[in-house]
Amino acid sequence: MIEAGYNFGYLDENTKRMIRRALLQAVALPGYQVPFGSREMPLPYGWGTGGIQVTASIIGADDVLKVIDQGADDTTNAVSIRRFFNRVTGVATTEHTGEATIIQTRHRVPEATLREGQVLVYQVPMPEPLFRLEPRVAETKRMHALADYGLMHVKLYEDIARHGAATTSYNYPVLVNRRYLMSPSPIPAFDNPKLDMMPALQLFGAGREKRIYAVPPYTEVKSLDFDDHPFQPARANAACVICGSRESYLDELIVDDGGTRHFVCSDTDYCASRPPLQEAAE
Amino acid sequence: MSALLTAEGLHLHFGKVAALDDVALEIHPGEVVAIVGESGSGKTTLLRVLAGMMAPQAGQVLYAGEDVHAMGEAARRRLMRSDWGFVHQNPRDGLRLRVSAGGNVGERLMAAGARHYGDIRAEATEWLKRVEIDPARIDDMPLQFSGGMQQRLQIARTLVTRPKLVFMDEPTGGLDVSVQARLLDLIRALVAELGLAVLIVTHDIAAARLLAHRMLVMRRGQVVEQGLTDRVLDDPQHPYTQLLVSSVLAA
Repeated sequence: MIEAGYNFGYLDENTKRMIRRALLQAVALPGYQVPFGSREMPLPYGWGTGGIQVTASIIGADDVLKVIDQGADDTTNAVSIRRFFNRVTGVATTEHTGEATIIQTRHRVPEATLREGQVLVYQVPMPEPLFRLEPRVAETKRMHALADYGLMHVKLYEDIARHGAATTSYNYPVLVNRRYLMSPSPIPAFDNPKLDMMPALQLFGAGREKRIYAVPPYTEVKSLDFDDHPFQPARANAACVICGSRESYLDELIVDDGGTRHFVCSDTDYCASRPPLQEAAE
Repeated sequence: MSALLTAEGLHLHFGKVAALDDVALEIHPGEVVAIVGESGSGKTTLLRVLAGMMAPQAGQVLYAGEDVHAMGEAARRRLMRSDWGFVHQNPRDGLRLRVSAGGNVGERLMAAGARHYGDIRAEATEWLKRVEIDPARIDDMPLQFSGGMQQRLQIARTLVTRPKLVFMDEPTGGLDVSVQARLLDLIRALVAELGLAVLIVTHDIAAARLLAHRMLVMRRGQVVEQGLTDRVLDDPQHPYTQLLVSSVLAA
């Protein structure tokens, strides 16, 4: 059931067409940031206004939507965005990665391998990978236009010189299709390899910064590194206390005042799909 | 031998003030040319126009047969990263102050495509030695360096990719005399060793005499006299050059 008084997907049809045009350009130029007329949405900037506008523009009546926030299906942000789309489109929602046709995500890529036909929509706070290094937008545009990315390597050099390794653990910059430097949104560096040659379409929406970019299926996405200091995705060296996984990305929880730490899978659907550890085994 | 950089008929006016008035210039590979003149004579403007940082109102600048101002920004930037270098008067304009000395020297290498950390670091160490900076300070920030060291670091950063032509804007300005002497010595040695062509702007006649093969004297946007350095300084023809030479203080 669609809530009375709203257009399908909340946005009006002209806005959806404008966003779809931006998406087409973004898919045609993998990694290139396309400006678009971002609209006011019924939630604050930073809560996923970019991702919601992208989802609203591509969603159809037959789609099945999954929304995750830091990997979890059951956090406030994920629940309210899922309910929002259920109210304004009436589409089916799911928590299972395999059943979804559109997955809107904040800061994670699901553990389950995505397949052709699925669309992953990222919520992006800051689309410009160079903004901490070069504050002038005009200058960063020029650097993208000329593929002048030496500065990004200077940052990597500094990390290694100072700390012995690249210290960026999330939002780790990537080079898309050997051309554009791109921010993968603040996903953990652990997820970066999943972007490379992914069969699913990846769309990125930044509402406040008014930018859309995309990685088409089966596109090369390479994390920046040095030949003698190759990119290494980091993961806590522990097992999930619920399912015992040693492969998935883990969240760290402090469970009492004594500082006892537990690690659990950040991807709740992945964790729930695995047999739980026996009580006796603990 | 054909000229590396040729400029013809350059004109540039700022309102009524002529910064460049029909200036022509040639520089050959391995040659050091000094542009001298008082403040406001147009020498820095000339350097900026020659380096493609500013467009003239008339005239053209050719580098290796190509028009610098017609080639498009991408090509000009590529030139700035590979064949050319620019040493600013204030090292803070030419350095990244929040990046270590090693990173500063390595930036041009990385922009040119170097992707091996160990090699970049070895090259940076080598260049710090060449400009007489202790290699143990490779991870220090330029802000922790003295003015003279910052200027030497800027030179290392510029020369690391072995450019063919280097533009220098008052490289010894703002340094005290003993530091100036050392820096001039260093520049002279590196220029000879690498066979660089250098276009140096200075108001310091003594520095020009030490470094330059050839000299241009500018006044009110015009080149009033040019020739071999020793000829111009020992036998100045133009009244303004005579005034300039006689104004040099003898220690």
